[in-house]
Amino acid sequence: MADSAGRTGERGSAGRVRGALAPYLMVLPAGLWLLVFFVVPMVAMVSLSLQTGDLVDGFRQTFHWRNYTDGLHTYGDQFVRSLWYGLLATVACAVLSYPAAYWIAFRGGRGKTAYLMLLLLPYFVSFVLRTVSWKLVLTDDGPVLGPLRGHGILPPGFHVLDTGFAVVSGLTYNFLPFMALPIYVALERIDPRVVEAARDLYAGRAGAFARVVLPLSLPGVFAGVILTFVPASADYVNAEVLGGPGDTMIGNVIQSEYFDNGAYPVASALSFALMAILLLGVFAYARALGTRNVLEAAGR
Amino acid sequence: MTETQPAPARDDPGRAVPAIELAGVEKAFRVHGEHVAAVRGVDLEVGQGEFFSLLGPSGCGKTTTLRMIAGFEEPTAGEVRLHGRGVTGVPPNRRDVNTVFQSYALFPHMSVFENVAFGLRRRGVPKGEIRARTGAMLDLVDLAGRERRRPSELSGGQQQRVALARALVNRPRALLLDEPLGALDLKLRQSMQVELKRIQREVGITFLYVTHDQDEALTMSDRIAVMNEGLIEQLGTPREIYERPATRFVAGFIGTSNLLAGEVGEVTGGGSRAALSFGPDGRVEVPVRDGLRVAVGERLELTIRPEKIGIGADEPADGLCGVRGTVTEVVYLGTSTSYNVTTSAGADMVVFQQNATSADDAAARGDGVWLSWDPLHSYAIGAPR
Repeated sequence: MADSAGRTGERGSAGRVRGALAPYLMVLPAGLWLLVFFVVPMVAMVSLSLQTGDLVDGFRQTFHWRNYTDGLHTYGDQFVRSLWYGLLATVACAVLSYPAAYWIAFRGGRGKTAYLMLLLLPYFVSFVLRTVSWKLVLTDDGPVLGPLRGHGILPPGFHVLDTGFAVVSGLTYNFLPFMALPIYVALERIDPRVVEAARDLYAGRAGAFARVVLPLSLPGVFAGVILTFVPASADYVNAEVLGGPGDTMIGNVIQSEYFDNGAYPVASALSFALMAILLLGVFAYARALGTRNVLEAAGR
Repeated sequence: MTETQPAPARDDPGRAVPAIELAGVEKAFRVHGEHVAAVRGVDLEVGQGEFFSLLGPSGCGKTTTLRMIAGFEEPTAGEVRLHGRGVTGVPPNRRDVNTVFQSYALFPHMSVFENVAFGLRRRGVPKGEIRARTGAMLDLVDLAGRERRRPSELSGGQQQRVALARALVNRPRALLLDEPLGALDLKLRQSMQVELKRIQREVGITFLYVTHDQDEALTMSDRIAVMNEGLIEQLGTPREIYERPATRFVAGFIGTSNLLAGEVGEVTGGGSRAALSFGPDGRVEVPVRDGLRVAVGERLELTIRPEKIGIGADEPADGLCGVRGTVTEVVYLGTSTSYNVTTSAGADMVVFQQNATSADDAAARGDGVWLSWDPLHSYAIGAPR
């Protein structure tokens, strides 16, 4: 602290020590919080993922790495499906939300906040409730398929519910704002005069979009992809509510291993495997795009 | 698209077609459901290679006028013609003009080189030529060696020069500049004024320059259009505009001007000259601006610049305008001295005297003085408000 620097004796040096400690003291509450509620459970789960035993006799630490290899081997399909559905939902989110975000950012005028609010309105309803109501929409006798079926437009065996399509639609619907908001923020920051400058320098509408608007909004898309892909791949509610037996994702497996089978070590091992895969994916993604873009997304 | 331009359309072989021509151009915007007229009927012609300024306060319609020429806005009425060709409905990318934006509007994700090369690339100029022309242009604006920098790594003055290079490299028929020096500090602005004028002479391109800064407009322009509330108040050379302000607005907006109201005693020269009286203590005979009709007995206002007025104890000679008053303030300004004088008719006037030779002030506070000037320097502009 500057004002204590001129003083002499114990009080001055005590003040200096307190000054030097201040940042650490300030970070202490959050640090403790993370330690108790994040680090401790993580360590416990890592330990659990290497144990053997059952609910009746208890679990013992045996460094049973086969929990991982067996898990990945047995549930390889679900891993692949999770990543695939997550990817499809992410792409669908990007395709759907980019035009909407673009329109709000550049044509929203004074109604920008209102339009943004409309986009977010469904997300004030609980996640599970939203997914269940999506089920009502997609059901065979629902408001969409019912009339089509009644007029004989659809073949008798046509379903949407209990298909992978339903799961991906649900994921897309549920994670749309995680994509739309970062894209909106990136687009909103673009100076309209920069777009005019491109038009002035002989770029047509499409050219100005491709060479100026799109590159300047990419940091938002990059952020949106991470924010959407990670939770969508790990989701189990959509597959549970909207999917059929053949559409289970790795989240459903972890859930049933944990709560139905009491196979805690296997469930933990699958969780960590998923986490590792997603972390590696995000890391590779960030490397491929370059830190510059990620930093620009955060810093501009 | 190719680089070669068709020869400018000429309707009269003896006379070059103006680079930019506005005919009855109007623009209204809808703001909160109300129509607001930004430009209310502008006619002007900018000649080839001319440095032409639109000068006016913010909100006078000068930027809207520029945006209509660039193609960012379409006129509500009237027509914009570039080299004799109407450009209604022609998008900005198909107009042979380029713009230097107020905030530069550089592409933040591109290097200096890519910014400058942007227009050439869009027009399919061969790679080698792009390299050569971009390099030459960066030399011209003194930015050689900074090709790989991002705009955010440059100073304001450097960004300004990138914006200029990015537009000029395309060799447009006309360059539109929207307050290009507005964001720079005074010193840099003054040196850039000189620089801009030099560059304009070197490249020989028509410049249409929008500014609210009268010094900038007077320093650089061949001709100036002074705009106010969507209309052109006066159009002329800097000298004409300064020496003969046509309206009260122009007189007040450009430099300092004295406004003096009197009663018309006599009209001579077929209405081109009027003699004004200011009670017993003054009588002037001044030119009347074109189009202004004056009648004996009406009140009329004239303008006179402070530096044109002489100050002394004696009544001026015949042929000069003279008004009597009392000095209320004397301020020494270095190169000149400023006197505030209240005339016997009650008008406040400012007089500047150059301190070229005399070491003493011509008058002191409280002195009764005669103000005198050549009638050529004052100008009757209309009825007082």
